[in-house]
Amino acid sequence: MSTTHDTRAHADHGHHKQSFVQRWLMSTNHKDIGTLYITMAFIGACVGGTLSMIMRQQLMYPHNDWVTNGNTWNAIITAHGLLMIFWFVMPALIGGMGNWFVPLMLGAPDMAFPRLNNMSFWFLACGFVFVMLGLFMGTGTGAGWTLYPPLDNAQYSPGMATDFSLFSLHLAGISSLLGAINFIATILNMRAPGMTMHKMPLFCWSILVTAFLLVLAIPVLAGAVTMLIMDRNFGTSFFEPSGGGDPVLFQHLFWFFGHPEVYIMILPAFGIISHVVSTFSKKPVFGYLGMAYAMVIIGFVGFVVWAHHMFVSAIGTDSKIYFEVATLVIAVPTGIKVFSWIATMWGGSIEFKTPMLWAMGFIFLFVLGGATGIVLANAALDQELHNDYFLIAHFHYVLSMGAAFGIFAGFYYWIGKMTGHQYPEFWGKVHFWSFFIGVNLTFFPQHFLGLAGMPRRYPDYADAYAGWNYVSSVGSMISGLSTLVFFYVLYRVFTGKDKLADNYWGEGATTLEWAVPSPAPQHTFLDVPVIR
Amino acid sequence: MKRSFVAVLGAASVLVLIGHVALAQATAPDPTAAANAYVNAPVNWQLWFPKSGSPMQAKIDWLMQYVLWIMTAVVVFTGGLMVYVFIRFNAKANPKPGTLTHNTLIEVIWIVVPVLILAVVIIPSLNLIYYEADDSNPYMTVTVTGHQWYWEYNYNSVPGLDYTSYMIPDDKIQPGEIRRLSVDHPMVLPVGEKIKFIITSGDVLHGFYLPSLGVQKYAIPGTSQTSWTIINQAGTYYGQCNQICGLNHDAMPLEIKAVPLADYLAWTKDALANYTDNTVVAPFSSPLPHNQLALRD
Ligand code: HEM
Ligand SMILES: [Cu+2]
Ligand SMILES: [Cu+2]
Repeated sequence: MSTTHDTRAHADHGHHKQSFVQRWLMSTNHKDIGTLYITMAFIGACVGGTLSMIMRQQLMYPHNDWVTNGNTWNAIITAHGLLMIFWFVMPALIGGMGNWFVPLMLGAPDMAFPRLNNMSFWFLACGFVFVMLGLFMGTGTGAGWTLYPPLDNAQYSPGMATDFSLFSLHLAGISSLLGAINFIATILNMRAPGMTMHKMPLFCWSILVTAFLLVLAIPVLAGAVTMLIMDRNFGTSFFEPSGGGDPVLFQHLFWFFGHPEVYIMILPAFGIISHVVSTFSKKPVFGYLGMAYAMVIIGFVGFVVWAHHMFVSAIGTDSKIYFEVATLVIAVPTGIKVFSWIATMWGGSIEFKTPMLWAMGFIFLFVLGGATGIVLANAALDQELHNDYFLIAHFHYVLSMGAAFGIFAGFYYWIGKMTGHQYPEFWGKVHFWSFFIGVNLTFFPQHFLGLAGMPRRYPDYADAYAGWNYVSSVGSMISGLSTLVFFYVLYRVFTGKDKLADNYWGEGATTLEWAVPSPAPQHTFLDVPVIR
Repeated sequence: MKRSFVAVLGAASVLVLIGHVALAQATAPDPTAAANAYVNAPVNWQLWFPKSGSPMQAKIDWLMQYVLWIMTAVVVFTGGLMVYVFIRFNAKANPKPGTLTHNTLIEVIWIVVPVLILAVVIIPSLNLIYYEADDSNPYMTVTVTGHQWYWEYNYNSVPGLDYTSYMIPDDKIQPGEIRRLSVDHPMVLPVGEKIKFIITSGDVLHGFYLPSLGVQKYAIPGTSQTSWTIINQAGTYYGQCNQICGLNHDAMPLEIKAVPLADYLAWTKDALANYTDNTVVAPFSSPLPHNQLALRD
């Protein structure tokens, strides 16, 4: 792909001085809104990460005294889950990098609906206030991020905290929904002339599929949350057995949203990894169409597997069999992606810059987490493994290592384009290796704890689980220190004096964002580029 | 030279393995000893499932090994491929990148092979689902009800035998009891008989989870679910609540005492006499059970 235009000539065209308030509170610029989302993700990760450090401190020894009240503990685990999903991973990947790079990669001057874009962000920011209220008000929201009733109904969770947390999901949900509509409109209508769907960069494909998942899944969550709020406050009994309702219905609705949600968190990372692997192998992506349609298939099938989260809940034998087989089917398009990444590197000339290290970590650890996913998908095995630490290990391998590594890969890959300053290579590598060791030490031993039967969401445990819990907590402290290294990297980036070329990665980087200056000026592609 | 090194290494690892097994045998409790001497509890640094306490858990253990070995092979293969690529195609070893972006044969292979692997996983896995669901013809049935934060056992075949089971609080633990696992009144069951559980809840969701027997089901208010077990050997088995249920979710373990049938029958008489005053009052002062104070109306 190449442009017929030198966009540099227009870099500052139409740019006028804005006040701080105009620029950041009333922003309609996709790059500024992207920056706001990334800031939100940074705050969400800091708060959610701090909560996880507190949890691991408590679990370091049996009968520990960091968090002695069960309600406080439950409030912490609930807020940790909600924050990491809705205020870290999603804003980082979708609102943040999606906003920044989808228009740039498409050759579009901005998102289709700039004001809607602004609204999406502020809904999310308000939601953050409410989820924090849910943590701190009274005894906090203690039902876990899955929010199963009856535990969070008015009888067992009185007080406003739970209402605030539920409302925060409405706000995060409407934010995602509006954002998704915006992405779909942008991607379908605003590609540069000549950029057919089958020439569109894979990151845009990943955001497109993610946006469709959001549009279809979020309303179901919103419905379920509304029913919970009504059960709590207006005397309905959607999920109350005593009034003819059914708590299992909530589980179905929640996971009808929840399983697509896990792909919402990983597909954008898939997109980023494809670009990073291709750039640093100096080769085009292997099997581009297969890569794009594998994501489409994952999106489709992801909607019909939800009850694999309910194998020990009230579902029948035939349903178990169906949901097991459907879940296993997802491994096939996932395998296409993994093998295509490796084939992209095959014959390449690989440079192990920091973004590439994160991408390699991503691929290997995602495969490991996917493998334990296959184990859990066996309903007969899940009868022993459900809700124990084996499950916790599974989803942290795909999230704390999968999604988070994808975010860091994107950060190191694009930070120069966003700020105009390159990250320090040495410290980037220190960050990678320390984080890699930290998270593996944290989560690998949790497989053993799960096999030995340790349940999740316990602040205290039988003394026999002490050994591996200790190792896990030490691992979490290493990841914590590693995050300090990341803060130092940020400091170096924001105080950097270097000047970067438009395409600072060279021949391997071929998408349109590398045709505009670094940092990308406020307005790009005012003259529409043409793809030949 | 190299070959003899491999041989020595091989012999050494076999020896270690044998020693390990022998040691495990030596320390394993003698099943002919007093009925309750055998304790199936988690141990520190445990790496695998508990020792199978039931045929169902044995099947789960087998299937887990089967699936996990296949998955390990997949992970090792992928990792190996990556390492090979790193060595063979790094910028130093291969300064000129190629342009390969399509190869229909390989793309078909990496669809077909995973499908075959999945087929190999699915067949035994589905059989075990049917096995786990087959709760027909039990010798006896116990209705298990989860409550905040204790379990209630109702022996359907012994009219009137319905009692509650609370965790022993940390400060009341006696020698021989296990902190966070031992309870005041364990569920007593006969060895070698098929026992059906009907699992439900009196308030919020709970999880009836017995890892050494391979049993797990949510306890759901307003509906009930079934599971079953046959306990291989007399002794003590443990489990824990495995679905978040509020303040003391980590303080409502399950304890099962498996005894020979005759002992069980004798125990039912005993229990009927002694457990009648076993009311639903918490035997220990928990932190303020906030949830119980506020009722809806
Ligand atoms: C090959 C792909 C995958 C398979 C076969 C798979 C399978 C499963 C299954 C069967 C469960 C339910 C286990 C249980 O509740 O006992 C589960 C839980 C979970 N998975 Fe995966 N998974 C896969 C990939 C992913 C990915 C990519 C993510 C996210 C990025 C993810 C995130 C989660 C989460 C968050 C849970 C637990 C939710 C909870 O109970 O709190 N999984 N997975
Ligand atoms: Cu799922
Ligand atoms: Cu519980």
